[in-house]
This record gives sequence, structure tokens and C-alpha cells, in this order.
Amino acid sequence: MLGKGVVGGGGGTKAPKPSFVSYVRPEEIHANEKEVTEKEVTLHLLPGEQLLCEASTVLKYVQEDSCQRGIYGKLVCTDFKIAFLGDDESALDNDEAQFKNKVIGENDITLHCVDQIYGVFDEKKKPLFGQLKKYPEKLIIHCKDLRVFHFGLRYTKEEEVKRIVSGIIHHTQAPKLLKRLFLFSYAAAAQNNTATDPKNHTVMFDTLKDWCWELERTKGNVKYKAVSVNEGYKVCVRLPAYFVVPISLPEEDVLRFQGHGIPIWCWSCHNGCALLKMSALPKEQDDGSLQIQKSFLDGIYKTIHRPPYEIVKTEDLSTNFLSLQDIQTAYSKFKQLFLIDNSTEFWDTDIKWFSLLENSSWLDIIRRCLKKAIEIAECLEAQNMNVLLLEENASDLCCLISSLVQVMMDPHCRTRVGFQSLVQKEWIMGGHCFLDRCNHLRQSDKEEHQRQLSLPLTQSKSSPKRGFFREETDHLIKNLLGKRISKLINSSDELQDNFREFYDSWHSKPTDYHGLLLPHIEGPEIKVWAQRYLRWIPEAQILGGGRVATMSKLLEMMEEVERLQEKIEERHHSQGALPAEGPSLLRSSARLSSLFPFALLQRHSSKPVLPTSGWKALGDEDDLAKREDEFVDLGDV
Amino acid sequence: MPPGAGPFKGGFPAAPRGKSPAPRARGRGFPSAFRPPRPCHVMLPRQPARGGGRRAVARGGAAAGGGPWRGRSGAREASSLATAVAPGPRVSSMASAPTSKYNSHSLENESIKRTSRDGVNWDLSEAVPRLPGETRITDKEVIYICPFNGPIKGRVYITNYRLYLRSLETDSALILDVPLGVISRIEKMGGATSRGENSYGLDITCKDMRNLRFALKQEGHSRRDMFEILTRYAFPLAHSLPIFAFLNEEKFNVDGWTVYNPVEEYRRQGLPNHHWRITFINKCYELCDTYPALLVVPYRASDDDLRRVATFRSRNRIPFSGSDFPDHLACPWNVLSWIHPENKTVIVRCSQPLVGMSGKRNKDDEKYLDVIRETNRQISKLTIYDARPNVNAVANKATGGGYESDDAYHNAELFFLDIHNIHVMRESLKKVKDIVYPNVEESHWLSSLESTHWLEHIKLVLTGAIQVADRVSSGKSSVLVHCSDGWDRTAQLTSLAMLMLDSFYRSIEGFEILVQKEWISFGHKFASRIGHGDKNHADADRSPIFLQFIDCVWQMSKQFPTAFEFNERFLITILDHLYSCRFGTFLYNCESAREKQKVTERTVSLWSLINSNKDKFKNPFYTKEINRVLYPVASMRHLELWVNYYIRWNPRIKQQQPNPVEQRYVELLALRDEYIQRLEELQLASSAKLPDPSTSPAGPSQMMPHVRTHF
Repeated sequence: MLGKGVVGGGGGTKAPKPSFVSYVRPEEIHANEKEVTEKEVTLHLLPGEQLLCEASTVLKYVQEDSCQRGIYGKLVCTDFKIAFLGDDESALDNDEAQFKNKVIGENDITLHCVDQIYGVFDEKKKPLFGQLKKYPEKLIIHCKDLRVFHFGLRYTKEEEVKRIVSGIIHHTQAPKLLKRLFLFSYAAAAQNNTATDPKNHTVMFDTLKDWCWELERTKGNVKYKAVSVNEGYKVCVRLPAYFVVPISLPEEDVLRFQGHGIPIWCWSCHNGCALLKMSALPKEQDDGSLQIQKSFLDGIYKTIHRPPYEIVKTEDLSTNFLSLQDIQTAYSKFKQLFLIDNSTEFWDTDIKWFSLLENSSWLDIIRRCLKKAIEIAECLEAQNMNVLLLEENASDLCCLISSLVQVMMDPHCRTRVGFQSLVQKEWIMGGHCFLDRCNHLRQSDKEEHQRQLSLPLTQSKSSPKRGFFREETDHLIKNLLGKRISKLINSSDELQDNFREFYDSWHSKPTDYHGLLLPHIEGPEIKVWAQRYLRWIPEAQILGGGRVATMSKLLEMMEEVERLQEKIEERHHSQGALPAEGPSLLRSSARLSSLFPFALLQRHSSKPVLPTSGWKALGDEDDLAKREDEFVDLGDV
Repeated sequence: MPPGAGPFKGGFPAAPRGKSPAPRARGRGFPSAFRPPRPCHVMLPRQPARGGGRRAVARGGAAAGGGPWRGRSGAREASSLATAVAPGPRVSSMASAPTSKYNSHSLENESIKRTSRDGVNWDLSEAVPRLPGETRITDKEVIYICPFNGPIKGRVYITNYRLYLRSLETDSALILDVPLGVISRIEKMGGATSRGENSYGLDITCKDMRNLRFALKQEGHSRRDMFEILTRYAFPLAHSLPIFAFLNEEKFNVDGWTVYNPVEEYRRQGLPNHHWRITFINKCYELCDTYPALLVVPYRASDDDLRRVATFRSRNRIPFSGSDFPDHLACPWNVLSWIHPENKTVIVRCSQPLVGMSGKRNKDDEKYLDVIRETNRQISKLTIYDARPNVNAVANKATGGGYESDDAYHNAELFFLDIHNIHVMRESLKKVKDIVYPNVEESHWLSSLESTHWLEHIKLVLTGAIQVADRVSSGKSSVLVHCSDGWDRTAQLTSLAMLMLDSFYRSIEGFEILVQKEWISFGHKFASRIGHGDKNHADADRSPIFLQFIDCVWQMSKQFPTAFEFNERFLITILDHLYSCRFGTFLYNCESAREKQKVTERTVSLWSLINSNKDKFKNPFYTKEINRVLYPVASMRHLELWVNYYIRWNPRIKQQQPNPVEQRYVELLALRDEYIQRLEELQLASSAKLPDPSTSPAGPSQMMPHVRTHF
């Protein structure tokens, strides 16, 4: 955690006591005795979900107006989630109910969302693992979606404490068999109703037809073909049943190395150049095998590299780019910055915020991903080259880079359906090992398995959140993309020059939001994706402000224009009565929080949030700080 | 001078005064309990003030008819209509997009390119923009050493207002247009001994976060000429020349000097009332030359009381000479800045008390604070926010200053806000420039930014203002704000708190009034802090205090994008003209000096430029919300460096595209208006039984345009 030791020790000079005195005692806890009468809140179980254990009189702490409040309720653990029953959710008004998650409630933590569990013993916080000898008085759960829950167990019966704590630890930490994952029992119990609107559905890329459709859409069908050679996963379990290869590639080549060494098509640019990916051939020691591999690859390359007609550039992501370990390390540092236990911790870390952020390297990684994607876009767009991404299994960085390139270059991928299809194509069918990378089976908790690869992707672009991701608003991505960023890393000068020219010239022209979009990768406008990372932190919410304020104005205006349009059409076609006005999405929510829609369900008041520690020694400026404002009289005017 | 006896006929309503129970206080000043015959700890000046005060008011009365708040002459206004409102399509600065790659991105520039819109004429023979009253001095062939695009050959034109450079190279459309007022320092670089393009160079440091470098030919002493001419016109004060604002003959159809009328502004706040009165004690600036002529003080404090209090609220080195009153009092009384319309708590401002090492006390001052505390009929203590860090306030005792101690002020609570002094702020901004100009610090941007402490200072200022606003808004108590002198940090805190509390100040005119009131009239020392026309670039009095305030406003507008009527361009324009010396708005240190120089008569106000072209400065998302208190979140998680201001000269970093959400919104607004119009037409048509409404222009399907840049 971000210890309190980080703060104030910087300059080495004596740190004067902060002179600000808060008139709100921050740690004051009101456990209103009257509230001990637990409200009867029923547990909602999904089909197939089973209650495993429960404990009563658990106190859930709520951060409010910089003091903590407690709500008594029941803490339960099922085979799907941990849930706290106590908050009276019927108090939500209509708007809030509208944005409520129907499956996972405000106080639900799915078992797979649990990141770390801590127990508080005598005011000390310790991570909890395995069998416990002593049970904590307080349970702190850090979630992967960055929520932090505090449950007080002091008033809970000892028996129940034991049961719920060990239950939660067991069900969130013990290795699991794949078939025991909840979704299988859910799927068995739930009705499978997949009514898809044919016009508006996500392309799943699980049929030959889907791939042909994508080829046709991108006009890649001139040079590439969809093959069914892996039907039934005969050749390789890693590869999808259907995929696309160069038209001149003999299908038997796919069999040769079980799909390794085959350029697999991702996407075609309007000028006919393609983005391809390839998993590396197995590493061989003896010359003979190497010779065989080399001649095989020579043959393969001829299908995509036929100068002067077609040139291919190979981008080896395994050696010349970020390592998966880098990404994992950076993310685990980065996420800690947002798992904030209390107000004091928030303000203590606030002073050092920028250096903490920089130390995590996360934003730098984001920038490097974006930069790599722009470089590839430049090759495709400006140099008319095919680009072949190479990686050991072609299922990690390949997914990341190739989908980023497509978001930049293909406006279809910036629509909601297009984006979902892209994730399906590049990540799901692309064989990204979600099970390992997210450690869903908790194979080896402390190993380097978990890698948050898909996160750079989502951070790099807008999140498709509810009603916000409309086709018309795809230009927003540009805006969002423009926020990540920064300087360049060293690489070869020539490449640098081409890149520079491409990048500068694009940015000097007016943007066509339905064409190529390049994010700003320079400039200190480097920012944290506040809506994701700050969404659960009450101190960070701006009531009635933030980007949401302008977005909701835009949506309101859009609705108004649509309504007027309807009225006009109505006038044209009939003199009949005007249709009743449809329910407005955001009509009565003029003052949304900047963390909307996440913070909506959290009670808030109009009290300002005040930093509780602000003073930091200035170090080398100390002598200046001691000076008086001025010595000169103002008599000279 | 009894309160309310002022000669301001029709200046303010008589109603509240009539009902006031305060005649008791008339002529007697503080109730007798307030005037213990005990000797004061502070030397009091002798007491001929009554006469002086009366004289002052009398003169003030005479001035009131044609005084400082009156508009400019009608003739001038009328004639300005002709030139200032150039119709012209609202074409955009982006029309010049291809050139803007190289362009310096000042608004100054953009406004000038739009030719006569802002009253700028073009010198046709030279193709150099010229303001009325601007005269050409010289021109020279130079090489401009652009830090972003390398050396560019060009011709530089120098007038008494600006430096204008036009590229002579065919492939570059570079234009530099820099008001001489932004120049802070001119240095010669290189010389006969060095070689290359830099051999005869000039390095010009500007106040707006950039440097300009030129290389000149050796022949004909061209560098010496340019150096001397620039020095002369950039620093006119050192050469007994007038500042350009006095030569500027621009005309606008709106007179910015009429924007702020203190009587009207106080009346808007419901003042005077039972507890607060307007006083003209300082009418001729005799008591305090850094305070405005018109002040709002507690009803129960007579002008005599004010005089006694004044001696305790000032700066330590005041020469208590034999004259009536010290010449250079800082901000001697707590005067009202703002009153809460409902709970009647107030924000008052002043300078530090003269406590000194010995812990001097002043009963009058103590009583006076108590009077203020009681004005809202609350029993709670008065809250005093001392803007300084605790240590500094203590240290100030050594030089005679200090803060209100608990034992002397029983009914007050004191909090320190830990905001540093003007020197720290100046150094901090210097460090910001180091990491952004000409190149943006790349390898460790975030930690470099942190090491400048700039945003940390912003955070502290905002935090202080939030506390002030919260105290008043919650009705807990009235608030007194001071720092050392009461014109830097105090102005920041009161004006920001007022911006949070009072939505009126978030409109364009309201903000102008706020600046005019809390900054200009209350004596923020613009001349010293900015150094208009002054060559002493290393002057320790210079400090970016006002810039810091504008930055805080920008941070707020960023957090509340629908709450402000004005946009970012408005703020940048204010900052550009803070230095430009084209307008008289920010000249001089205080109202008395401005009046002496007849600034309102002899110069044009910046608000004339802005208010005659308001659309350009409007935020389309603005939603007027009365009574909404805005509390920004003063956390580093939300504060950001104002890239479009601090790094605007770097063409790579500049965000050239207008904000797409905003653009989209503006398009939708236009569309809505069009639909509403069509609907009205249709209604008319159907009532007149006219057939075929489809003849009206542009069907809806065509009207949903793709987002296209058209700025």
C-alpha cells in the first residue's frame, strides 16, 4: 500500500506541522445505534447460484463527507459473489435505478473480482491467505475493478466470523477447476435467449461467413481468403476454426508447423495493404532444422512480399517491444494508486501524486503502445507496406497492437458493434489467454501469469459504457485518445523521421472523424483515465462537473433535435396528434457527478472535499519562502 | 463624516438607510463602550482627519457626476461604432490553418488576422497590421531562429506597439506578432568573435512563456539599431515615453470602463443594509492610497473608528510622520468584499495586524472585528484566514507584522492557509518555463512538473478559497481574509471564493466586475507585479499572482465545464492583454494612481474589446444556475497544467482541433434553431392552408452533418 511514510519525508528538512485544522473530524465514525435493526434485504440469486455462507451484524463502512459511517447488514458468500445486504436500495430514485447494474449490485463483489483480502488486527492491516489462526476485527476487500470494501466484524458472532472469513478466503483464493466456474452452472440453469438483431449484432467470427463478410467489408478479399483448414481444431487448438490467409498460400503450409509461421490476416487498409500476425516457429538448435525453417519462411514471405508490388515490414513484438512482465509490473503498481482505504490516504498520496504516477510507468506504457500502433499505421497508410506482427504465440501483444491499429484506421471499429466485433476478432478468436492472464483459475497466485494485457487496450480508448457509445459519437474517441500520451522513445532515425512527418502532417490538418485518427502521443497532456480509475473514490468526484456535464448537455440537445425532427415529419405526413414524448435518458439529472454513472449510487452532499494535508517543504526554495513579500514602497506611482 | 451623508445623489437607494436603527452611531462612531479611554498601543496619527475627510467627500461629490465610473464621452462612443463593428463573416481562425503550423498561437495574432474586426487596420504598403495610433518605427531584415522549425529569413517591423515578423521564405508562412509590452528583457548574443548565424543575435525574453531569437547582419549596425529601438519602445518608462495604451486610438461600440460601477455592484449584493454602509472616507485616497475611494464597512463603525483601526492594519515600515496619515498604508481596514444573500455572513479583507515582537494590541481593531462578527447576528466566532504559512506569519512579527492572537481576539478563530509568497510563485513559474520551453521535458514529465510545485501552489490557493467559501456558504461564520499586505494572496482568495459562491461572477460581465473590483480597485499592484514598460526585469516585486488566479479559474472551468459563460480564449485574452499595454485596464498599482493619470479618459478598456465581440468568448455549454455553489476538487488527481496557455508556442503540442464535443454541440444548437424556425413556418403554412412544405430548405437527413472542422 501507499504507506503514510511516503509523505512529507521528501525534503529532509523539518516538516512544519500543517496548520490547517479541519473542522470535520475525518475519522469520526457514526455507527448509529438505531440502525442496528437490520433491514430485511433479500439476497438475489442468479439461476444456478448457491448460497455458501453468511454472517449477520456486519458493519459496512461508508465514506461520506469525509467521515465514516457504518451500516449494519448481512454479509454472504455464494458460489458467484460476495454480497452485503443492508443498504436500502429502494431509496434510489428513478434515474439511479435506471443506471443500476441488474446483475451485480452496488454491494456485490463477484468472486473473480476480488483482488486482495486484508484483515485488520489491532489496527494493523495484514493480507489474508489460507488457514487463519486468528480472525480479524475488520475485513478489507480490494477489488480488481478498484472498489474497496470495509466490513467491520466486531459485533458479529465469533462462529459467523470464522465461517464467513474462511469461506470468502477459500472461495476467492483456492485453485479452481475450469468446470467449476460459476458460468457453467449459470448457463445450465439460465434460459439461453440470444435474440440478436441481425442488423446490429456483434460479429463473432466463429463461422467462415463472418470472416468472408469482414474480408468483403475491408476489401481484403482480393488478396486474402478465409480457410476452414482448422475446422474442428484439427491443426491447432490455439487458432480459431476459421481464419484468413494470403490467397496464394497453400493450405497444407498451415499444417506444417501446426499453424506457426503462417501469416494470419487481421485487417486490410483501403489501399490494399494488410495487417497480419504470425506466431514464431519453434526454436531449433540444429542447422538442418533451421535450414528447413528458413526455406519454409522464404516461401511464406513470397505470399506477402513481392516487390515492387507488395512489400512487407516485419515487426517483432517479442524482442523490440514491451515485455509482458513490464506491463504486469507497471499495472500492479499503478492500480495500488487507486485502491484507497480512506480519506487520509487519499490526501497523503495527493502531494506526491505525479511522481507516484510516473513511478508506476503505466502511462509510459500506454504511450508506447499508442506510438507503436501509429508507426504501423504509418507503414500501412503512407508507405503502402504490409505489416506482419511477430510474436511467440501471436496472442498477447499482437492482439493489443493490431486492435489499436484498427481503432485508429477503421471507423467501423469505433462504433459500439464494431468495437465489440473487434474484441471478438482480435482477442477472443485471436486466442488471447484470458484464463491465464486474468488467472481465473488461480493457478499460482504469485506467479507472473496474470498480465493485464487487455487493459492497455481499454485504457487506450473509450470504454463502451451504456448509452454513451453511439455511432454518432465516435469522434469522442479522438478526444479520449488525445489524452494519453507523451514523448518519444529512441529508435532509428529514419523511422523516426517518417513517423514524425506522418504524425505532424496528420495533426496539422483538420480531423476527419470518420477516417484515420491519430492520438496525441506528445505533450504533457498525459492523463489518467479518470472515469475508470477514480470512479469509486468519493474524494475525487466533482459534483455536477467533469466531462459528463458536457456529455449530458450534448445528449439532451441531441434528444431535443430528434424530437423536433419528429415533429416536423409529423407535420409533413399527417395533421394528427403529436406522439407522446419518449422517456428522456437524463432528463432529471442535471447534476451528475463527474464519476457518473458509477458514483451515482453513492450518497453525496454538497459539502466540499478539503485536503487534509497540504503542506510540503519546498526544499531549495526555502530561503525564498522566508522572505517578505516586498521591501519597496509603493510610493512611486 | 456621518455615514450616509455622502453627496452621491441617487448613488444608492435610501430605503435601507432610512429604516436603519443606526443613527445612534452617528457622529459618535462606536458606541461608547467601544471607546475605552485607555491609551492605544499603536501610535496614532494626530486627528485633523475630520476636516480632511470632509474635504475629501466634498471633492468626491464634485467628481461623482463625471467621475471615474462614468462612461466615456458619447461622441467617442458613437464614432467608434463605425469602425469597430466590422461585419465580415464569422470566419474562423482556422482559415489560416496551413500557416498555423508555424504560427505563434497568440490570440493577439488571431485577432489581428481578422483585420478590422478589432479595430485593427492594415498598413497596405507593408502588410503589417496597425492599430489607430500605432506608428511604424523601423524595419529590418533578420533571421528568426525559431526553436521549432529552425532559422527562417524574414523582415521584422517594429512599431511603437508591436514587433511583427513576416517570413521572406516562400515555403514558410510564418508570422510573428508580438506586442512590445510582453517583452521582459532584451539581450545581445554573440558578437564579432563568434561565427555563424548567431553571430549578431538578439535574445528577447517574453513575459508570456517564450523567448524570441533573431540573428542580424553585421553591416550597418543593424543589431545595435534594433536593440536600441526595441529597448526604447518596450520599456518606455525608462525613456520618458508614454505607455502605448495612452496613444491607442481604437474605438469600440461598447465602453468597458462602464462595466464596473461599485455602487451598483454593492447594490446588487443588497448593500448598504442595516449592518453595512458605504463610506467615502477614502474619497481622495488620503487615508489609504491603495484602497478604492468607495468602501463598504460595518454600520456601527464610524469613520473615526476606521481611522483609528487603520493605524493597526498596515505594514510595519510606515513612516508615522507629522502628516495627517501615513502615506503608504497597505490595506488598513477590513472592508467588505461579499455578503451572502441569505445568511448575511460576509467576506471581508484587509492586511495583517501590526502585532510585532512585543505582541501589541489595538482595542479598536479588536472591537472592529467584533462588530463585523456580529453583523450577521450570529454568536459564532469570526473566522480569520491568514493566507500565509504559519511560520511566515510568525516570522513577520519580527518586522512588526503578525497575526491575530487568541488572547487578543477572543471571538475569532484563526487558520493559516499555507500559501507561499510572491517570490516562491515567481520561481515556481520560472521552473515551469524551464520544462516547457522551448522543448517539453520528455524523459520525466510528471516528476519534472511536480518539482516546479506550480500545481501544488494552485492546489493550496484553491483549497484556501474553498474553505472561505464553505464557511460563508454554510452560514457558520463571517470570514476575514488577509495575508501580509492584503493585495496578492488575499485578492486571490476572496475573488476565487466569490467565484465559487456567486454565479453572477461566472458570467462574462460578472467576471470583469470581479477582476475590476477585487483586483484592480483593491490595489493589486499590477504595475509592480507585471512591470509594464519597465526595464528592470529582475525586479523582486514581479510575480505571476494574477496569472495564478486565472489559472485557478481555468482549473475550475475545466472541472465545471457548464458553469462559466466564458471560454478558455477569454482567459487567455485577459492574460495576453495583462502584458500587451494596449489597454489601460491593468496599468498602475492602485485606483488613486489610475485616477491621477486619468486612465479611464485617456485609454481604452480591455472590456471594450471583449464586450464588443462577446460571441468569441462564450462557452456554448454555459447553463445559468443561480445560487449554485461550486466547489472544485483541489486534488492533484484533477489539477492539470494549462497546456493551451503555458505550452501554446510549441506547434507540436498545441491542440489544433477544436474540442469535438463542443463543436458537435454548437452544430446541434444551430440545427435546433433551424428546426424550431421550420416548425414555426410549417405551423404558419398549415394554418394558411399552404401546400407542400417540403420546399423549405434542407431536409433533416441532409442536416445531420458529419462533424467537420470549421473553426
